[in-house]
Amino acid sequence: MDVTKVIDAKGLACPMPIVRTKKAMDELESGQILEVQATDKGAKSDLTAWAKSSGHELLNFSEENDVFLFWIKKS
Amino acid sequence: MAVNRMTAHEVTQKIIDKRELFILDVRNEDAFEDWKIEGENIEYLNIPYFELLDGVDEIFEKIPSNKDILVVCAKEGSSVMVAEMLSGAGLNVSYLQGGMKAWSEHLEPVKVGDLKDGGEIYQFVRIGKGCLSYMILSDGEAAIIDATRMTDIFLDFARKKAVSVTNVLDTHLHADHISGGRKLAELTGASYWLPAKDAVEVTFQYNALEDGNVVKIGKTAIEIQALHSPGHTIGSTSFVVEEKFLLSGDILFIDSIGRPDLAGKAEDWVGDLRETLYSRYKELSGDLVVLPAHFMRMEELNDDGRVAEKLDVLFTKNHGLNIEDETDFRKIVTENLPPQPNAYQEIRETNMGKITPKEEEQREMEIGPNRCAVR
Repeated sequence: MDVTKVIDAKGLACPMPIVRTKKAMDELESGQILEVQATDKGAKSDLTAWAKSSGHELLNFSEENDVFLFWIKKS
Repeated sequence: MAVNRMTAHEVTQKIIDKRELFILDVRNEDAFEDWKIEGENIEYLNIPYFELLDGVDEIFEKIPSNKDILVVCAKEGSSVMVAEMLSGAGLNVSYLQGGMKAWSEHLEPVKVGDLKDGGEIYQFVRIGKGCLSYMILSDGEAAIIDATRMTDIFLDFARKKAVSVTNVLDTHLHADHISGGRKLAELTGASYWLPAKDAVEVTFQYNALEDGNVVKIGKTAIEIQALHSPGHTIGSTSFVVEEKFLLSGDILFIDSIGRPDLAGKAEDWVGDLRETLYSRYKELSGDLVVLPAHFMRMEELNDDGRVAEKLDVLFTKNHGLNIEDETDFRKIVTENLPPQPNAYQEIRETNMGKITPKEEEQREMEIGPNRCAVR
């Protein structure tokens, strides 16, 4: 996967993972991919719902050693 | 305008007083649908915080100017952000301190009644989750019944009342919340009582509660009589306190009855449930005040915040006690049951001592309503 930008939101509590993700997303071009790393338990459902409501595509999700990884493609 | 902090205790007081409140819940729609702050005069708006990152203009006109406004989220962070945005737009708003996490863990102690020789009985209302715990005090001693895992609250209360906790009891093995019973017993040196039939798989030492056991509290000896009342679990026990109060555990609630399926044995236990409610409880004095281990709806709270009603009133008004036909009864309590409580299997295993989740995990396991009843 060709990741354009990586956001490290590890250790940040809600709402910061999404605030940072949105800011980074605003600076990307359509079709580019953002990787988000987060540890907040709520990030999984919130980022999924945010991507859906904002029209971006959540390409993949995984969890490694308590870190959630998201790959989101800008619409 | 100012952003104020409202505590779970303050929100509880508003609900008990039936005051008006406008709640802007900024959690996910799923989370809101599943579980929220309930109250008779609460108006809601649910918009996830991540839809408000560009501003609150869109929702501004949906927010009343003549009501107290409370912004709520899971843990507090997002509600502070949204409250600050609304405040910047000229509204006077509050956020819920600690979010739904704090709401789920808040306990409100309410006095239920007096016992002989200066004894007292208190109900601890876990308003966000509908769990009820009890403390019986007599002559410098205390018993705690169906304790939640927020053990500090009970210990602080006992300290304030200058009593030492001598006995800790659970009416049954809980499936909806993590019991604080074992921890309280360890911290205070009290005896921990569990119904023997529910404790077959537990990994720790306990005192076996059997039908007819009498546990005495204080020198003046307030008696807690164990009454085996299976149905919700096979070992479920009710306690009769001084022939005045019936602690009915998860067998009988104010406006519903216990569900028999949380250990996967609905078909086996429905007969026991019927027997307990329609025969064993019938033999008890109708003047006993029923004190259940749960409530499901805010309407079950009395005007002073207590959850209590006389047994003979429940025999008239509680639908679950008025199903004449046994086949109908079986159907109602085994079919079309509400969803099971979140993580109920893991909660049961935790209460048996089989697994020991971290505090944060315990909190996550308990998210949501208790769902122990059929109505």
